[in-house]
Amino acid sequence: MWLRIEPRPEPSRLMRYLSPLLAVALMLTCGMVLFKVLGKSPVEGFKVFFLQPMADRYGVAELFLKATPLMLCAVGLSVGFRGNVWNIGAEGQLLMGALAGGGLALHFPASQSPFLLPAMFVAGALGGMLWAAIPAWLRTRFNANEILTSLMLVYIAELVVSWLVHGPWKDPDGFNFPQTRLFQAKAIIPVLVEGTRVNAALLVAIGALVVGWIFMNRSFLGYQMKVSGQAERAGRYAGFSARRTVWLGMLVGGCCAGLAGVSEVAGPIGQITEHISPGYGFAAMIVAFVGRLEPVGIFFASLLMALLYMGGEQAQQYLSLPYSISKVFQGLLLFFLLGSDVFIHFRLRLVRGRK
Amino acid sequence: MSHPDQPTPRIVLKGIRKAYPSVVANDGIDLEVQPGEIHAVVGENGAGKSTLMKVIYGVTRPDAGEILWEGRPVRIHNPAQARELGIGMVFQHFSLFETLSVTQNVALAMPGPFDLVGLARRIVEVSERYGLPVDPHRLVHDLSVGERQRVEIIRCLLQSPRLLILDEPTSVLTPQAVRKLFETLRQLAAEGCSILYISHKLDEIQELCHKATVLRGGRVTGSCVPAQETPKTIARMMIGEDLPVFQHGEPTGGGEVRLRLENLSLVPEDPFGVVLRNVNLEVHSGEIVGIAGVSGNGQQELLWAISGEEPTREGESVQVCGVPAGRMDSSRRRSLGLCFVPEERLGRGAVPRLSLTENILLTAYRKGMLVLGLIRFGSARRFAEDCIKRFDVKCGGPDSEAKSLSGGNLQKFIVGREIMQNPKLLVLAQPTWGVDVGAASFIRRQLLDLRESGTAILVVSEELDELFEICDRLVVISKGCLSPPKVTSETGVEEIGVWMSGLWPGDAVGGSGEAPDVA
Repeated sequence: MWLRIEPRPEPSRLMRYLSPLLAVALMLTCGMVLFKVLGKSPVEGFKVFFLQPMADRYGVAELFLKATPLMLCAVGLSVGFRGNVWNIGAEGQLLMGALAGGGLALHFPASQSPFLLPAMFVAGALGGMLWAAIPAWLRTRFNANEILTSLMLVYIAELVVSWLVHGPWKDPDGFNFPQTRLFQAKAIIPVLVEGTRVNAALLVAIGALVVGWIFMNRSFLGYQMKVSGQAERAGRYAGFSARRTVWLGMLVGGCCAGLAGVSEVAGPIGQITEHISPGYGFAAMIVAFVGRLEPVGIFFASLLMALLYMGGEQAQQYLSLPYSISKVFQGLLLFFLLGSDVFIHFRLRLVRGRK
Repeated sequence: MSHPDQPTPRIVLKGIRKAYPSVVANDGIDLEVQPGEIHAVVGENGAGKSTLMKVIYGVTRPDAGEILWEGRPVRIHNPAQARELGIGMVFQHFSLFETLSVTQNVALAMPGPFDLVGLARRIVEVSERYGLPVDPHRLVHDLSVGERQRVEIIRCLLQSPRLLILDEPTSVLTPQAVRKLFETLRQLAAEGCSILYISHKLDEIQELCHKATVLRGGRVTGSCVPAQETPKTIARMMIGEDLPVFQHGEPTGGGEVRLRLENLSLVPEDPFGVVLRNVNLEVHSGEIVGIAGVSGNGQQELLWAISGEEPTREGESVQVCGVPAGRMDSSRRRSLGLCFVPEERLGRGAVPRLSLTENILLTAYRKGMLVLGLIRFGSARRFAEDCIKRFDVKCGGPDSEAKSLSGGNLQKFIVGREIMQNPKLLVLAQPTWGVDVGAASFIRRQLLDLRESGTAILVVSEELDELFEICDRLVVISKGCLSPPKVTSETGVEEIGVWMSGLWPGDAVGGSGEAPDVA
C-alpha cells in the first residue's frame, strides 16, 4: 500500500478554505515540538505565546493595534495579487508613506488645524503610491519584473529612512539618538478605547477592507484585473488594458501600505525612528494568502499574524527565547499554507498493491 | 476498400462503462477493430466518443468492461503503457507544451536516448513522407492550430503505431490537405496499422472508413459500413432525427460598408508570424463574407488586426462602421458595434476559471450590466441564462466554470454571447470547429438570420463546405495576401482550392509586388 498524489477533477472549494486552518494547526503542532526541543514545556510555551497576549483588555487592544497595518497592507496587496501583479515591496511603500505623512507632521510642529491628520494620511498614501509607481513604470515601460524591482526598493527606502533620522531630520534635542522630534498632539491619531493604544487607524483599515471587498467583488475595474490576471489573452481579447492592471495593482498596494506607515508613526510610535515596522509589509503577504485574498479572511488572518508578533514578545520576556521566534512561526505558517494549498488541486489516494 | 482478414482483431472492447458524477459517459460499449481497418466512431458532442478513446489510450480507467489487445486481455493504466503496446493518439485538444520547440515536444513522448538533432531530422523525414510540412525548430506557441495538429500526428507516426486514434483530424485542413491526409491514412492502413477515426463529417467517413460505430448518449446505437449508407442515414443514427435543411436566401446586398480594410500591412510582433501585405476588403451590412485558406497563412494576424488585439499603425487601414479604427484597442472597436468570436475558446474567448455569468461580462457588459462602474450581476446572470437556453449550451448552469464545458458547448456559449449583443459587424474564426452537426447547423442558421437583420458578417474558416454553405462572397488568404473577392455561386471548391495555394489571377502571388514598410 502506498500513497499517490493525483490531480482532482475540480479544484476543491472545501480545501481552499480548510487549507489556512490546517496550516495554523500544523504551525501550532510544529511550534510545540520546537518549544520542547528548546527545553521549554510545550504547554507553558503555548500559553505564553498564544493565550497570554490576549489575557486582558489591553492585550486584545494591542492585538487590534498590531493587526491594523497588516490589514491595510494585505488588502492593498491582494488587489494586485488577484491581477497577477506581484508587489513584494509593501514594506518599502509603508516606510515611504511614513516619511511623507510624518514629514508633514514635522513640517507643521505648531499647527492646530483639524486637517493636519487627514492631510498626513493623504500624504502617506501618495508617498506609498509614488514608491509603488517606480516598479509599475519599470514594468510597463521596460517589462522589468516587478517582484525584483519592488523588493529592491524596500532596501532603498530603509536607507532613506536611516539617512533622514541620522541626518537632516534628527531631533536636535534628542541626545544624538537616530530619531526625529516627537509629533505634536494634533498629529497623533486619537485613541479609540481609553487606557489602551488601539487607535482610529483601525477604522481606516476596516474601511479599506470594505472598499477592497467592493472593488474586488463588485466593481468592473476589479473584474478586469481578475481577467487580466487569470487569462492575459482573454483580457486582450476583451480590450482590458494590461498596463492599467499593473498600474492599479501597484498603486493600490502602495496606497494602502503608505496608510499603514502613517498609522504607525502617527500612532504607537509618535515619531520617525529607524524601526518603524517590524516587517509588517512582508508579513502582510502571508496574511493576504492565509486570508485567501479576501477581505473577510484578511481580517482574521491579520489578527492571527498580530498574535504571532505579540507571542514573540511574550516568549522573549517569559521564556527567554529570542524575538526571532515570531519570524520562525511566520515562516512555518507560510510553509504549511503552501503545502496545504497543494491539496486544493490535488488529492491523496491510497493505492493497494502494484507500485 | 478491403482489408486483410485476420483471425485476431487488433483490439476488442467489451462492455466498457465509465460513469462520472453527473453523467454516464460510456455505457456497455462493444467495439472491434481489425488490423489494417479504418474504423469510424461517430456521434454528437457528449455522445461519449472522447471518453471511449481516453479509455483505450489509458488516460481514463473504465469502471467496468474488458479490453483485448491482439487477443490478450490488457489493463491499460497510462498513455505510456498504451504507447508501448503500439497505440498512438492525436487529441482534439492538443497536448503540446507551448514554450518548447516542435522537436522538444516530440522528444518528450519518445522513449530511448535524448537526441534532438537526430530527432529533428526524423521529423523532417516523416513530415515530407506524409506531406505534413512543419519546421522542427519553431516554438509550438507560434504555431497555428493546423500546424499544431500536424505536430501531433507526426509525433504519433514516429513511433510506428499499430493502432492510431485520430480525434477530429481534418477540421483544420484544406480539401487538398485532407486528400493528402487520407492518402497517408490509407497508406498506414495498407501497412497493417489500424485506425480509429473520430469525426462528425459524414462525407469523410463515407470516403475513408471501412466500418463505422455510432454512439449516442454513451451507448452504441448502430454500426454500419459507411459506403453502403448516405450521410442522411448516418446522421439519423447519430441524432435520432433528420437534420434541418435551410435555405440560403438571396444576398440583400448593397448595404453600407461596415468593415473596410485599406492597404492593411502589418509585421506582427511574433518573429514567426505571417506578414500581412496590402490587404483590402469590404464587408457590407446584410452579407456574409468568408475568408478561406490553409491555417497559418495570416488568418491569425488578420484577425488580431481586425479585432484590435494587435492595433495597426495607421488608423485608416481598418475602418469599422466608417470610423478609422486601426489604432483603437478591441474595447473601443466593440463600442463601434464590432463583435468577435476568436479561434481559441479557453483562455481567449473565455476565462477558464470564471463562471459563465462572469464570462458574459467579458464582452457583453455594454448591455446594461454596469452602474457607476459596479457590476449588476443579476442582469449578467439573466443574459447568461438566456444564452444557455437559446444556444442549448449543455452545462450545470450560469455558475459553472467555463473550463467545465466541453469544447463544442463552450463554442456555442461564446458564439451566443457575441450574437446576442446584436452586433453591427460580427467577425468569427472557425465558428463551428469541434461542434457537432446539429449545433453547427444551428449556429449557421443563426448567422443567416443575423445577416437578414442587416449585420455584416465576416467568417474565417478552414472548412470550405461551411463557407460555401453560408457565404455570399469568398476571398482566399495565402501567405499574408488576400485574393480578390468571388461571388460564392460563381465559383467552386476546385477553384478556391487552387487559390488557397496562392495562385489566383491578376495581381496574384505574393501580393501586388510593392509592399510598403514591410518585407
